[in-house]
Parts: sequence; C-alpha cells; structure tokens
Amino acid sequence: MSQEKFGKTGINPNRKLRKVVGASVYILFLLSTCVGIVGLAILIFDVLDKGIPWLNWQFITDYPSRKPEEAGLFSALMGTIWLMFMTALFTVPIGVSAAIYLEEYAPKNLLTRIIEINVSNLAGVPSIVYGLLGMSIFVYQFGSDEMFLDRVLIAGALTLSLLVLPIVILASRESIRAVPDSYRQGAYAMGADKWQVIKGVVLPSAFPGILTGTILAMSRAIGEAAPVIAITALVYITYIPKHPFERFTVLPIQIFNWVARPQDDFRSLAAAGIIVLLVMLLTMNAIAVVLRNKYQSRSEE
Amino acid sequence: MAETIVLSVKGLNVYYGDFLAVKDVNMDIKRESVTALIGPSGCGKSTYLRCLNRMNDLIMGASVQGQVLFENRNIYDSDVDATEIRSRIGMVFQKPNPFPKSIYQNIAFGLRVNGFSGDMDEAVEKSLRQAALWDEVKDRLNDSAFALSGGQQQRLCIARALAVEPEVVLMDEPASALDPIATLAIEDLVRELKKTYTIVIVTHNMQQAARVSDETAFFMVGEDRSGYLVEQDDTQKIFTNPTHQRTEEYITGRFS
Repeated sequence: MSQEKFGKTGINPNRKLRKVVGASVYILFLLSTCVGIVGLAILIFDVLDKGIPWLNWQFITDYPSRKPEEAGLFSALMGTIWLMFMTALFTVPIGVSAAIYLEEYAPKNLLTRIIEINVSNLAGVPSIVYGLLGMSIFVYQFGSDEMFLDRVLIAGALTLSLLVLPIVILASRESIRAVPDSYRQGAYAMGADKWQVIKGVVLPSAFPGILTGTILAMSRAIGEAAPVIAITALVYITYIPKHPFERFTVLPIQIFNWVARPQDDFRSLAAAGIIVLLVMLLTMNAIAVVLRNKYQSRSEE
Repeated sequence: MAETIVLSVKGLNVYYGDFLAVKDVNMDIKRESVTALIGPSGCGKSTYLRCLNRMNDLIMGASVQGQVLFENRNIYDSDVDATEIRSRIGMVFQKPNPFPKSIYQNIAFGLRVNGFSGDMDEAVEKSLRQAALWDEVKDRLNDSAFALSGGQQQRLCIARALAVEPEVVLMDEPASALDPIATLAIEDLVRELKKTYTIVIVTHNMQQAARVSDETAFFMVGEDRSGYLVEQDDTQKIFTNPTHQRTEEYITGRFS
C-alpha cells in the first residue's frame, strides 16, 4: 500500500513481516527470561517442600547422626561461621591494603597495569583451582609436624582468602576511587601527609563500600563447596572446632554428604540444610544492599 | 603597620610535562593584605596559585622552576617539607569541599594532623568565629557538614583552613559556586580576615577583585598559550589607570 502511496521504486517496507518478526523476538526474549526464573522457582519450591518439615530448632542445634530424625547441622553451621570470620580476618587487611596501594600509591605504569589486569582475572578463576592450590600449599607444604597445619580451619580460611581476595581488592578499589578528589585536596591543603589523608579522609569515606564488598565476598566464600572439599576431604565431624587448628566441616559439605546418601530422609535433610544456607546468604546480601543504598543516598547529599 | 613582604616569587615557570603553563612570574605579596589574581580563563592564575603552597606537587607531570620565597626560604628547596608549607599557607577551593564528617570534625581534622594538643573545643569555636559561622552552627556542631548551605560550607572550609593558624590563605575563586548573598558574606569575611592573615584570591569577578583586594595582579595568555603576569599594582590603580593597554581592555570588558 505504502509502495503505491509514495511511488518509490526499490523500496519494500514489508511491514507485515516486520510485525511478525518483532512479536516473535519479543516472545523469545520473554521465554528466555522465564527459563531462569522458572528454574529458580522450581528449585526453591522443591527445596522448601522437602526441607521445611525437617526444619526445626533441633535440626540447627544437633550434630550429624546416622539416624535422620536425630541429625542436625550444628557442627557445619559453626564451621561455616568460623570459616567466614577467619577468612574475613585474613582478607580484609590484605585486600584493603592492596587496594590502597593500587589506588593511592602505585605509579601508573605498565607493571601496575599488568597487576591490575591479573587481579581482575584472578576473580574469574574456578574455585576448585584455589581449593587444589590451597591443599598443596597449606595442607601439604606447611602440613609438616612442626607447623601443625593439616586439613584444619586455618588452611580452609587461607584457601578461601585466596579465592575472595581479588573480589575484596576490586570492591575496595572501586570505593576508594569513588572518594572525590576534592576531599584529598582539602586534607592536603591543611598540611596532612599522604597517610593522614588516606586514614583520615579516604578510608572513612570508602568504608561503607569496602564493607559491602567484603560482605558479598564472604557470602561467596561460605557458599563454596569445591575448595573446602579439597581441604577437608569430606570428613565427618561431630564437634565444634574450638581453635583454628582443628578439623572442621561447613554447610555446603554437610549438604553434599546428605545428598550423597541413598535414603530419602537424608535428601530432605539436605533440602533443610540448603534452606539454612540460603537464609544466611540472602541475609548477608540484603545487609550489603541496605548498606550500599544508605551509602549512595548519603553521598548524593 | 609596616608593609612587609611575606611571599616573594622570582622567575617562576610552571610546566605540565613539556607544556609551559605559566611563564616567568615575579611577584611580591604583602603581609596582611589581599592580593587578587585576575585574568581570562586559561591564563594560569589557578595553576600559579597552587604553586604558592606546593599543592601542584599533587598534580602528575607538574613541575616548577624558579623560586617562591616564604620568609626568605625557597619553598621548593629539597629540604623543605611540603606538609609544613601547606600548614602555614592554607588553601580554600573553588567548590566547597567539606569532608563527609561533622562540622566539628571538619575543623578538628586539620588540627589533629598537625599534632594539636590544646583545647579542641576552644580551637573549633575560635575558627568558626573567625569564619563568621559560629552563631549559625553552634547548636549543631555534630551535624554533617553536608547539612549546611553552599555558602556555609564554604565558610566552614575557610574556618577549617584558619584552624591550623596559617600565615597565608590562598583562595581559588572561593565564591564562584555561590549565590550573590553568600558571595557577599565571603567578601565581608575576606576583608575581615586580612587584619590577621595574608590573602591571595583568584577571581573571575572583577567587581569582586575591586571590592576586596588591596593589590591586583593581571594575568594573560600569550600566543604560545603560556600564561604570564602582565602587571601587578594597587587595586585602585589597576582599575582606574592601568599601565598596560591589555589590562585596560580586560578591565573594561573588551575581551575576556
């Protein structure tokens, strides 16, 4: 119709076909989105359906047992908390220091550029690689009788530190870079030296961002199973570690153990364990989001 | 009061990399007076100002030749500590840049980094009074500095600079981001402060230079894009009967 109207040769708008194509790709994109969401919904529904009946206080406070009705994940939960805090203890000082160096001190040259690219790349290395690295370094190299390092908490924490260090460095660098240069100028203009400027002005401003990044990194760390399996060798633990040189287990491993059992009841226990792990992770992520929003609204003032 | 020279600049060249940004400036700055630096955009007056307390050390690629004598000592001598110079020659910036801290802590910070051990409350009050801000903020010293208006923030930044008791205060267009009323408050403050401090102020606003300064220095951009000092004289003379024609043309608004 339009062809006749405008009378142009060689132009064929073909509007009908374009409409069909437009509608089809819309449906295709919508369906693609649904695959992810539906998958997640089914997973969560399945886990809740199986796990909720098993989820009670006794499940949280009891140790693993051969009888499903008496089994709990207390040792794994405590192991996870131990591991998380020890990992934070190693990661935060080193990660923040490295970020400060790269942002505030490092000269902008090829070497720094290479370091920067590598830090970013390290964040994408598969976690099992870190697990095997941690095993060969912390468990076997330092694991001699004199060093007392074996398949223990501190080896796990050091391994996970390697894993999340790049994440903490990247997040810290971003928050340090976001501190307006005018703050630094103002501080220098009063006679502060570099460290005083960093300590007094840059770090306090960057702190919320660093904290958010650290929480997200820790939630990544406690959800990881592969590296911890390499370190702990799937040990069956029925006690809470009292110091960093004891053996330990964590939630993902406990869940893995239960899933591997043939009995249905243990599978349901695994589902209940997944709920506990998910609640922990989502809580941490929620805290991180709240902190980030608070930080953003403050810096917009 | 004897007119003594507090800062004496001799043959100052400023480079950004290979580019000569400011060329061969010679200038004496008198104690307890206001010296205004005026000139068109890009003439290097802000760059020059930053050289007077070594703030340009912080800019990558910036380097300086020549001398800036402060109490007969070249501040660019290798044995001079830039932090000492900056604590004695303070600076106020174009845009108010309070720290994301409370009003009180904004002022206490400078005192602390300089090892102040006296009565902090008293020192904070004194600086805020000097900056004519005390009455407006005395009941909310622990509020965030961002809760203040732009003009108040700038006066806080001035108070912050005064807290460390500098001899000279450098001001880089301190009122250019403010509304007219806040601008007048800053100008009143500058006139008041020159009783005890030496002030060097960069301004785009010629009326402002005429209102607040005792001496005015006029900068220009040369054909080679380097800034240079055309002339420096009593403000009265610069604005009524300047020596150079370029100055007169600029003052009368024939170019900007």
